[in-house]
Amino acid sequence: MTDVAIVGIGIHPFGRHDGVSGMEQGAHAVRTACKDAGVEWKDIQFAFGGSAAAGAADTMVSQLGLTGLLFINVANGCATGGSALFSAYNTIRSGAYDLGIAVGFDKHERGAFRVQSEGRGVDWYGGSGMALTTQFFGMKINRYMETYGVSERSLARVAAKAFRNGELNPNAWRRKALSEDEVLASPMLSYPLTQYMFCSPGEGGVALILARGDQAHKYTKKPVFLKAAVVRSRRFGSFEVLAPSLSIDWSAGPTVDASKAAFEIAGIGPKDVDIAQLQDTESGAEIMHMAENGFCEHGEQEQMLAKGETEIGGRLPVNTDGGCLANGEPIGASGLRQVYENVLQLRGDAGKRQVQGDPKVAYTHVYGAPGISGVNILSR
Amino acid sequence: MAQVSIRDDILQLTPEGPRLIGSRCKACDNHVFPFVKGCARCTGTEMERVVLGTRGKLWAWTIQGFPPKAPPYLGETDPTKFRPYGVGYVELPGQVKVEARLTEADPRKLQTGLPMQLTTVPLSKDKDGNEIVTFAFAPIGQGA
Repeated sequence: MTDVAIVGIGIHPFGRHDGVSGMEQGAHAVRTACKDAGVEWKDIQFAFGGSAAAGAADTMVSQLGLTGLLFINVANGCATGGSALFSAYNTIRSGAYDLGIAVGFDKHERGAFRVQSEGRGVDWYGGSGMALTTQFFGMKINRYMETYGVSERSLARVAAKAFRNGELNPNAWRRKALSEDEVLASPMLSYPLTQYMFCSPGEGGVALILARGDQAHKYTKKPVFLKAAVVRSRRFGSFEVLAPSLSIDWSAGPTVDASKAAFEIAGIGPKDVDIAQLQDTESGAEIMHMAENGFCEHGEQEQMLAKGETEIGGRLPVNTDGGCLANGEPIGASGLRQVYENVLQLRGDAGKRQVQGDPKVAYTHVYGAPGISGVNILSR
Repeated sequence: MAQVSIRDDILQLTPEGPRLIGSRCKACDNHVFPFVKGCARCTGTEMERVVLGTRGKLWAWTIQGFPPKAPPYLGETDPTKFRPYGVGYVELPGQVKVEARLTEADPRKLQTGLPMQLTTVPLSKDKDGNEIVTFAFAPIGQGA
């Protein structure tokens, strides 16, 4: 099977953009990505795209140009972007097409995600004051901290790092550094997580142009190769968001499965990774996902964070663009933002937040409802 | 003023106290709350309705510190009147871990492993003036 390269990247700044629809942000990202790859929209042979709350992606052709291309809508919760990328990757790998695009965008209302169950009768779950994703993250990290001795200071360190990195990212939403003490002093939303430890639903768009590896140099001097694209759902016994009940059995979640599979496909291990973008819905998620993705043992994060090992200048920089904490979470675009950042970093084009030492391998991970993970591994 | 369950097929209010209705897989004994028609453990489809246990141990917990959005929330959403409440998973021995409101909202009084008892908490009133309640767990020995 043929190699697959990312040859063009485009982004619409994340944040709040009154008067600009989510789809317009997606279309902006597509145009930017085409320009980056030196191609026209009419050259794109196929597209996979999605949003959770901003409309069917395929209707964006009416503002990009009606070229008759194959366009498939992807809807897979927080793994929407990862699923679009998985689909585009395999469409090229199979030999069906040579040049395509993965696009994701979104625009959410302010405040925590509103989760309403459909079906018969009263919505007892949300009605009772549960069905909040924030509660799951509070419960999971609370239990994790108790089990593995992770401190509240570590939660604050992760958030402070995110806002420091966001300050260096012109496309980030939150671009003001906050001290660890400011993070700890902000209102408690879901114990032990405070306001500034949580990301917010937001807006933004990202597009990535993929090509056959052997044709990549037609489009770019700096192709980045997609070595693995994996999406996994949960297995029985795992602890997942929005679950009215959990089994008394126990199994690791989809992140562990997706990570193992991705490393196996890429033929490398966690020690070979130079940069990682890990789902940081809140500070605790980044901490737990460091271990779930194989980058450390459970509990080791406390020391790693104290030593600054996940800072841009550290041993394994994590969430170099500020992650979800500084960028917010437009569901459809969030996973692709991580890949966008890794491509910039591997090209050496990340500006003030560029990771030094000539990084060669970069890793992305998303996690979301109802218990789904996506992992991508990129290399130069 | 009468109390009514938020939904009778989830929570039944009996003279002996509140009862949660779940399902049990006849093939592998897997318990799920609320009732489901298929078993996520063994893929079986012979599920029966069962009344779940009323005591267990706290397995994970947090405190809801801001008012949830309405809809869907039926309780107090006015930020000036809202009071934080606990949410956690309570492991019912040999059955299932159920996510529920907790009657305790002080983090200093909650910890994993705490014995808990099923009870109810009020949410709002229905059009007939009845008090709509949902299920909750209270630490045993603290007014359950």
